[in-house]
Amino acid sequence: MNSDQIFVTLFGLLLATGVIWYFFLYKKQSVTAKESSGVQDVKILVKGGYDPELIVVKKNKPVRLNFYRDETSSCSETVVFPDFRLRQELPAFKNTVIEILPQQTGEFDFHCDMNMLHGKLIVEE
Amino acid sequence: MTVKDLVCSMEIDTEQAKGVAEFAGEKYFFCSESCEKQFRKNPAHYIGSNNHEEKKSDAKIEKKKRSTDLTEGADFLKLELPIVGMSCASCAVTIEKTLQDMDGVKKASVNFASQKAHVSFDSHKIATPELFKAVESAGYQVGGAVIRIGIQGMSCASCVSKIEKALQSTPGVLKASVNLSLEEARIEYLPELAGPEIIKNTIEEVGYKPVLLKEEMPEDIQKEQRESEYKKLRRKFLLAAILSVPVLIGSFPELIPFRTSVSQQARWIFLFLLTLPVLFFSGMQFFVGAWRAFRHHSADMNTLIAVGTGAAFLYSSISTFLPSVFPESMRNIYFDTTAVIVTLILLGKLLEAKAKGKTSEAIKRLMGLQAKTARVFRNGEESDIPVDEVLVGDLILVRPGEKIPVDGVVVEGSSSVDESMITGEPIPVRKKSGAEIIGATINKTGSFKFKASKVGKNTMLAQIVKMVREAQSTKAPIQRLADVISGYFVPIVIVMSILTFILWYDFGPEPQLTFALITFVTVLIIACPCALGLATPTSIMVGTGKGAENGILIKGGEALETAHKLTAIVLDKTGTITLGRPEVTDIISLNGMSPDELLSIAASLEKRSEHPLGEAIVDSAKQKQLVLAEAEEFEAIPGYGVSGIVKGNEVLLGNTGLMQDRQVEIENFISEARNLAEKGKTPMFVAFGRKLAGILAVADPLKEDSKSAIASLQQLGLEVIMITGDNTRTAEAIASRVGIDRVFAEVLPNEKANKVKKLQQEGHTVAMVGDGINDAPALAQANVGIAIGTGTDVAIEASDITLIRGKLSGVATAIQLSKATMRNIKQNLFGSFFYNSLGIPLAAGILYPFFGILLSPIIASAAMAASSVTVLTNALRLRKFKPAQ
Repeated sequence: MNSDQIFVTLFGLLLATGVIWYFFLYKKQSVTAKESSGVQDVKILVKGGYDPELIVVKKNKPVRLNFYRDETSSCSETVVFPDFRLRQELPAFKNTVIEILPQQTGEFDFHCDMNMLHGKLIVEE
Repeated sequence: MTVKDLVCSMEIDTEQAKGVAEFAGEKYFFCSESCEKQFRKNPAHYIGSNNHEEKKSDAKIEKKKRSTDLTEGADFLKLELPIVGMSCASCAVTIEKTLQDMDGVKKASVNFASQKAHVSFDSHKIATPELFKAVESAGYQVGGAVIRIGIQGMSCASCVSKIEKALQSTPGVLKASVNLSLEEARIEYLPELAGPEIIKNTIEEVGYKPVLLKEEMPEDIQKEQRESEYKKLRRKFLLAAILSVPVLIGSFPELIPFRTSVSQQARWIFLFLLTLPVLFFSGMQFFVGAWRAFRHHSADMNTLIAVGTGAAFLYSSISTFLPSVFPESMRNIYFDTTAVIVTLILLGKLLEAKAKGKTSEAIKRLMGLQAKTARVFRNGEESDIPVDEVLVGDLILVRPGEKIPVDGVVVEGSSSVDESMITGEPIPVRKKSGAEIIGATINKTGSFKFKASKVGKNTMLAQIVKMVREAQSTKAPIQRLADVISGYFVPIVIVMSILTFILWYDFGPEPQLTFALITFVTVLIIACPCALGLATPTSIMVGTGKGAENGILIKGGEALETAHKLTAIVLDKTGTITLGRPEVTDIISLNGMSPDELLSIAASLEKRSEHPLGEAIVDSAKQKQLVLAEAEEFEAIPGYGVSGIVKGNEVLLGNTGLMQDRQVEIENFISEARNLAEKGKTPMFVAFGRKLAGILAVADPLKEDSKSAIASLQQLGLEVIMITGDNTRTAEAIASRVGIDRVFAEVLPNEKANKVKKLQQEGHTVAMVGDGINDAPALAQANVGIAIGTGTDVAIEASDITLIRGKLSGVATAIQLSKATMRNIKQNLFGSFFYNSLGIPLAAGILYPFFGILLSPIIASAAMAASSVTVLTNALRLRKFKPAQ
């Protein structure tokens, strides 16, 4: 193995480790929903993903998720909350409100139609 | 010192005020800068509104008294509220009591027949929304109209409560909620009292600008956006396709017959220039998408394409402009690869967009069924009003060829109605006075008037739309693995491509860099996460949509998946196999009583009963115009019969068990009863003063299609079982007529669920078919609960599958559909797993060491584009599903 190959091998392995760290091991920041007049409000920007992705809410209090889809890419045109039996189209450059009443604690995923973009609703006591 | 913020009415400490403003020599304090700003815009408005608040609200009530038909009586106002959800006369009493108990209500009366509450109340003590809340707390709803109005000029959360308060104190407004982030209000109101104009005025009076919103469904907006997106995509594709042709030809100069003397570098620069717009105009969306996903620590299809084409382009560009970087053998260009990949993936996306639009066609079709206006009689006048303003109890005229606006009951006239769009039943149904009609169906021949019984979100159509929408959001359990994989898929593919690069670079043949790059790009391009993600949702969408077209509502992926695994199906007899409309067929009177006398006594007792057999006896007596007496001490003994006192004598009516229990001698007539039972009739003994007075036999006619439907269920390999509360002989007689071998007879209503459990213990996966009302526990116990119903009262919520058309053949169709859908899902899942797990090793060059075959990245991109289109096309095949007869 010549020096080029050693370099390419080491660099490649480093890159692969970087990919795994960046996509799998990186800890994402969570956001706690703000409460006003009994409703937990969260704004979510939809642009190649959900921002914030991890949303912490309280149990048994209505949650109002205000999705704003800031792109026309067809990937994000629908958001699905399988545990809440909800499927909502998100028109581009518009606010779409989804109301949910979490009645159980736990982590509930939401995602786009193709299950490529992910978010999580974390319900706490 | 605490003062009041004039904008949001909050009590604040002057020392902690975030804003101060002076006006006419006075200082005013505010809780926030935005309140201060709001104040500065129009100080007179706030100072004025504060000082004159009391007077103004008085004036408003005066005005409203004039503009509406609130009747004045001393200080009391009278109001008529339409009530939704009353099922019996006792509900009326409950609501009446709830309203009566409120402080400030003078009188409340609720009429069950007209479904309306009349309340007179002190308007100073109670606002309309409080009456509304009281009705809701009693478990019912006030049937108001709903309007959404946009509001401009809201700056902070306090504006919300201010507008809400103003709206709620407007007579006729039942409920108002304002959403700050959407800048709109949703108001429920009584159209006779308040209307959009009054609501708009109210919003203006408190200082905001109302804007009437066009009622747009997200699907409508989406449709427009999709269309414009599609056009953009097509432009990008066409440009890429046109430019790819010269790039492709230019990359293989040896194929051109008339070679020019252009130098290699000049040719490469020319190709570079042609590829540039392909990659950075047509293919820009991949880079933008990849970057956005990257920022979210996620990766998708865009990432794969961007990295793949980007690497090929970068390598080619370096070879073109800085050839000295690479040794001579490694200098090469892949502009053709770059351009063709972009073109093919765009083509795939184009086809995908077309197909995806079709998967949600069913729900769009359903929503398009809603009528826009209704011709309503109110206060003796006939007028066309928007369908949203129709209230429960309204009298509505429907002319030939018109769409029926809401659900209701015909009160005058007759016609035939095409219900195919809701129930799937192709033959128009005859409707006369008393018949239930379903909104969104089409009146064919005659014209008639009907009374609205369900409006807004309670109509059959609204419920169907809701159910289909919900079903389409669910997943089949089979998809779980695909979900887990697709979550890790893209980063794993990136890692694999890097490893492939290293392997080829370290161990591959010369020129290593070229081979490493080609395989790196091919692995990235061939992987198709979309196919995995699309596999089940598209099939479920098309499958549930197809069901709705046939009058079959499926609750979701799980119901679909269980339904295709069924081994046994339990059919409730009454209302499922039979019509559920029993008739008296035989009257055998004994001990000197005439048949009419016997029927009259039985009917007098049964008048108090709600059992269908009892109703049959009462109907028969009414047809013969017999005089009925009053029954006392009426008692229903579930599973046995009824007892009571008629004309001073104890009367028992019921089965053998009841007679034996009360020691009535029936020995000599048991064979008589047996004969009746063997003909499929239900015999009932009547005892008058503890002495047998006769036998009444009631039979429930079979549904037309029961026999053929049961045969087709058996053909599907299911064990068909009948369950009934009837006596064994009657049950067996009916079972043998329809071809059922196994019968659970004499089952008490509360034991039905146990029977289902017993079958499950035998190892069966059980479906229970019933009307969903009396057998709800059995439906819930079954693996799949199927409710079968006619009319608008079908228990959609209680079941996994609902058959809107009352025909038993729908059960077989539902099971066939679930089998077809599951087959489709499996094909899609298998296809996409197989494709990816075969494609990636091929792309990595696994065949090269053995056969010297290396996959071209161009072929890979074609395969990738084809794979997701294939999944979609396969799902769309379900649209052709036809129930086998």
